[in-house]
Amino acid sequence: MTLLAFDWLYLVEKLVLIAVIISASLLIAMYATYFERKVAAWMQDRIGPDRAGPFGILQPLADGGKLFFKEEIIPNAANKWLFILGPCMAMLTAMMTSAVIPWGSKIDLGGREIALQIADVNIGMLYIFGVVSFGVYGIMIGGWSSNNKFSLMAALRGASQVISYELAMGLSLIALLMLTGSLSLKTIVEQQMSHGNLWNIAYQPLGFFIFFVCALAECNRAPFDLPEAESELNMGYHQEYSSMKLGFYLFAEYINMFISSAIMATLFFGGYDVPFLDESTLNPNIAALIGIAALLAKTFFFIFVFMWIRWTLPRFRYDQLMDIGWKKLIPLALVNMVITAVVVLLRQG
Amino acid sequence: MGTTQILFWFLTALALLGAIMVLVSKNPVHSVLWLIVVFFAISGHYILLNAQFLAIVNLIVYAGAIMVLFLFVIMLMNLNAETEPQKSIWMKFFGVATGGLLLSFFISFIVSSIDLKNKTAQLKEGDVGLIKNLGKVLFSDYVIPFEIASILFLSAMVGAVVIGKKD
Repeated sequence: MTLLAFDWLYLVEKLVLIAVIISASLLIAMYATYFERKVAAWMQDRIGPDRAGPFGILQPLADGGKLFFKEEIIPNAANKWLFILGPCMAMLTAMMTSAVIPWGSKIDLGGREIALQIADVNIGMLYIFGVVSFGVYGIMIGGWSSNNKFSLMAALRGASQVISYELAMGLSLIALLMLTGSLSLKTIVEQQMSHGNLWNIAYQPLGFFIFFVCALAECNRAPFDLPEAESELNMGYHQEYSSMKLGFYLFAEYINMFISSAIMATLFFGGYDVPFLDESTLNPNIAALIGIAALLAKTFFFIFVFMWIRWTLPRFRYDQLMDIGWKKLIPLALVNMVITAVVVLLRQG
Repeated sequence: MGTTQILFWFLTALALLGAIMVLVSKNPVHSVLWLIVVFFAISGHYILLNAQFLAIVNLIVYAGAIMVLFLFVIMLMNLNAETEPQKSIWMKFFGVATGGLLLSFFISFIVSSIDLKNKTAQLKEGDVGLIKNLGKVLFSDYVIPFEIASILFLSAMVGAVVIGKKD
């Protein structure tokens, strides 16, 4: 067969990797909903879900099952196809970012080296940025096609919020890019792992802070959850949704939270690097497994911080939100960028 | 047929389908969404030509930013299929004729261009579209046009702010 002459094993390897990463993200997002409720309970001195299984560990399954069996309602005045497309877009864009994250170094399977990254493209950081800018469509399409004034208002809020905070996020990433000189996430992690280099957080503390605040806003998490401000908008852009379509919207938020935590760990906290451990002395397979565990540990920490903030801070007002984005974060990010540029230039010359 | 060819024909068909649907759709929101499909297909073509930077910037700027603004405007104006003005058949006929003439003009111009004689597209090995090479070319050979274009953008931004400030 000369048709499609290429390494079929490579295709199989990548498909398996994609399947594993997608199911892992779904599983983690599922349990993030459980931990969100547990964290909220601890902070409010309650017990939280504890009925389904030991410690309520089966609660996410019960929630998912409940959503599946709810009646599916599509409003008469809604635009049917776009109404279905909205939650699909939300899930798709939430999942797509995971393609460029390096989850570990390499695994050696019978002489075949498998990189634990779906695509090591040399535009990795821009790819993330591109997918983030698509996150708006899920909200906008869903909000508009519901044909409900509250939904539309919430969708417009969400879209303008995401667009505003994208700018500051991009500027904080440019400063990081000046230091690393590469857009590939794999290269960025390897630079942080190499001897004598500290994690990027040591060089870019302000950049990380800006990125973190913007990530909160991009995920529509409290204190930036204005598209879902119940007290002003009834419920938000997914008001008309029911059953699993609503579930997709709610679920996409948790996947986004997981992926953006993984990106923060990768860009600023060394990715799969374990501090004070020289991975090259270990068996590569063991080193890869330790690396995955390290990345997941860092990611879970950030997910916890996301929840911690949600149950601590009250919601911003809409004008405050725009004020912080345009008048505080963007100038701060610009200053950070200029300082980084000057330091990089002085160190070169 | 190799994978590159299969991808090429798939992307081409997708781009043409999207472009036709942009024109045929009665609902403006559908038109905008089909236009996004067209941008995706064209970015796929850029990737086939190994111009990854161009591909992703096309998506970020056009599909990610400009189309969102289009959607904003269309959603706020509440345009529907029913309220769309219907043009007369003669208007449509002349529109098609002038558009077709412009297309044939472009095609003949490209076919007869000396720069493109006996050249084939560099699939997978061309490297000018990579971010490093593109940056070097922009800031050495084409630095003056690049700077002029950026001043143009700056003036447009200042203009937008001035218009927005007028009470």
